[in-house]
Amino acid sequence: MTHSFETAARPENLRRVAIDPLSRVEGHGKVTLLLDENNKVQQARLHIVEFRGFEKFIQGRPYWEVPVMVQRLCGICPVSHHLASSKAMDVIVGAKQLTPTAEKIRRLMHYGQILQSHALHFFHLSSPDLLFGFDSDMAKRNIVGVAEKYPDTARQGVLLRKFGQEVIRHTAGKRIHGTGAIPGGVNKSLTVPERDELLKDIGQIVAWSRDAVHLIKQMHNQNSALYDGFGAFRANFMSILGDDGALDLYHGSLRGRDADGNILFDGMDYQDYTALIEEDVKPWTYMKFPYLKSRGPQDGWYRVGPLSRVQNCDAIPTPLAEMERREFIDYSANTPLHAPLGYHWTRMIEMLFAAEMINELLHDDDILGTDLMTSGERAEEGVGVIEAPRGTLIHHYRVDENDLVTMCNLIVSTTHNNQAMNEAVRQVALQYLDGNEITEGLLNHIEVAIRAFDPCLSCATHALGKMPLQVELLDNTGAMLSTFTRSADNG
Amino acid sequence: MATAPGPKLKVATVSLAGCFGCHMSLLDIDERLFDLVELVEFDRSPLTDIKHCGPCDIGYIEGGVCNAENVQVLREFRANCRTLISVGACAINGGLPAQRNHLPLSAVLDEIYQSGPCIATGCTIPNDPELPLLLNKVHPIHEVVKVDYFIPGCPPSADAIWKALNDIIAGREPNLGHGLIHYD
Ligand code: SF4
Repeated sequence: MTHSFETAARPENLRRVAIDPLSRVEGHGKVTLLLDENNKVQQARLHIVEFRGFEKFIQGRPYWEVPVMVQRLCGICPVSHHLASSKAMDVIVGAKQLTPTAEKIRRLMHYGQILQSHALHFFHLSSPDLLFGFDSDMAKRNIVGVAEKYPDTARQGVLLRKFGQEVIRHTAGKRIHGTGAIPGGVNKSLTVPERDELLKDIGQIVAWSRDAVHLIKQMHNQNSALYDGFGAFRANFMSILGDDGALDLYHGSLRGRDADGNILFDGMDYQDYTALIEEDVKPWTYMKFPYLKSRGPQDGWYRVGPLSRVQNCDAIPTPLAEMERREFIDYSANTPLHAPLGYHWTRMIEMLFAAEMINELLHDDDILGTDLMTSGERAEEGVGVIEAPRGTLIHHYRVDENDLVTMCNLIVSTTHNNQAMNEAVRQVALQYLDGNEITEGLLNHIEVAIRAFDPCLSCATHALGKMPLQVELLDNTGAMLSTFTRSADNG
Repeated sequence: MATAPGPKLKVATVSLAGCFGCHMSLLDIDERLFDLVELVEFDRSPLTDIKHCGPCDIGYIEGGVCNAENVQVLREFRANCRTLISVGACAINGGLPAQRNHLPLSAVLDEIYQSGPCIATGCTIPNDPELPLLLNKVHPIHEVVKVDYFIPGCPPSADAIWKALNDIIAGREPNLGHGLIHYD
């Protein structure tokens, strides 16, 4: 676990190559490489180049607005932010145990979200690399190219995502930025026609999800040297798990392991996450670098998301996905697989799990119930954690006696993976680019490694940086609109 | 769906200071995507690997303008796109990111990088030249370039986007009519 190639010793003499913007990822980021005269890589960095400032401007807003506002951080996984903040607000309103209907509707919403987001990532964004090759014709390397060459695969991807979006619409009122969860419960359950509409298609969705696992598994088996070795690096890993150690993406306690798979901590209540995690800031990116306090910044960084979860849990509580998990564990001979491309395989196992969970919930009459809300003793502080499609998502709020938010801290999935993604970029740069003439295809290799993490750079941009200059923005008539800030040393 | 006369129209899309929701809503046209790509070809977009916008018929802009790079990209789109559409609350009025407009940047900086509950001691605020300069305020895109059409909503529904694109592709003035315009 080294930090070499993060910073070149003498950057002034090196040639800069940038991948800007990163494409087929969600959000705004770029990679810069510094190369010497022999094209040897001296420095490689993944930069997050945008900001929001959410943690500041949410202060002073009433707490019940938060689950609706916070979704606007990310249009790909709005449900994750919606639910993590609702869970934090459950603590604030003293809703220790939700009604069965509320809990199940929220779970249904969440598994709809996992399904649509995993499908989007695999089919729309990453499958062109996997099906055509990392340095294939750039003009075809997209979902339209996939639709021409592999129409069935593309169609299944689109329909899997559609189904997930429909589950969200029925539980949250809208496909993107709905309002289903509220502090202490939900504002609607399912009607019988809504349930029946989803039931009609769920069998097909489970079958297609299974096909998707088989597709990626086959790719691994046919080319295991590439799939296991590409950008691989060792890392700790972490996720929440259900009480029994089974995979649960909605609720549980924290478990972390080292790179050999030894358990570092287990059953940890996420209300105490500040005792576990500390964050570092680096000057060249807006995204922070979290690490386990006990191990420090050098050795304490970790990976989250599907590759971590599927290897962290003791079992998956649905039969088809559990079978696939076992095959995956056998493939890696019971030791943690650290291959970034393993994310795709485990992501598809989770998509199958989500489809099976949706099926189970659709057969549970509690989702038709009318007992939607609960509350209890009011608290001042609450933490909500959920396993979002991309990994552990932490929302933390303090609310005053006037019901206004006074403090907010978010650690989003992609931020947890910051060091890991930088590590993958460096590995691929050394494996494939070092000493070579840089081509578009070679640069795409770096993006392939980043895409494996399914980063949501959109979520990760709620921070804000300072700038060394002052520049003016004029509109098309020459009138001054704004100045670029010089925040210099006031931070 | 209208039939396209002659070669495919070119469409470029970009997310500036937005959440990608307005791109996700475009994808929410679901299987109609396959009809769309019969009529149009995607240029720069988060869905392709084209990094710069070339000459295009339609530019689809999500998100407002919050930094120097946004301004540059937006101007590149305006210079290259015959028709520019401002999609969603963020592009049209700044949206959620513009909530920071009433705060001094230094206050936001302090909050995020100096006083968070997990921040290690001794952290400073990012300041690398690789990071684009920030604007003091988040602006709607029509304050920076001329915009041809606006589709409101956060995000606009897939049906609204579908109707507007179809009208433009067919050379009609886009008309969403009753039921498709909403602001939430
Ligand atoms: S308008 Fe809404 S959906 Fe669109 S980018 Fe802005 S916050 Fe996201």
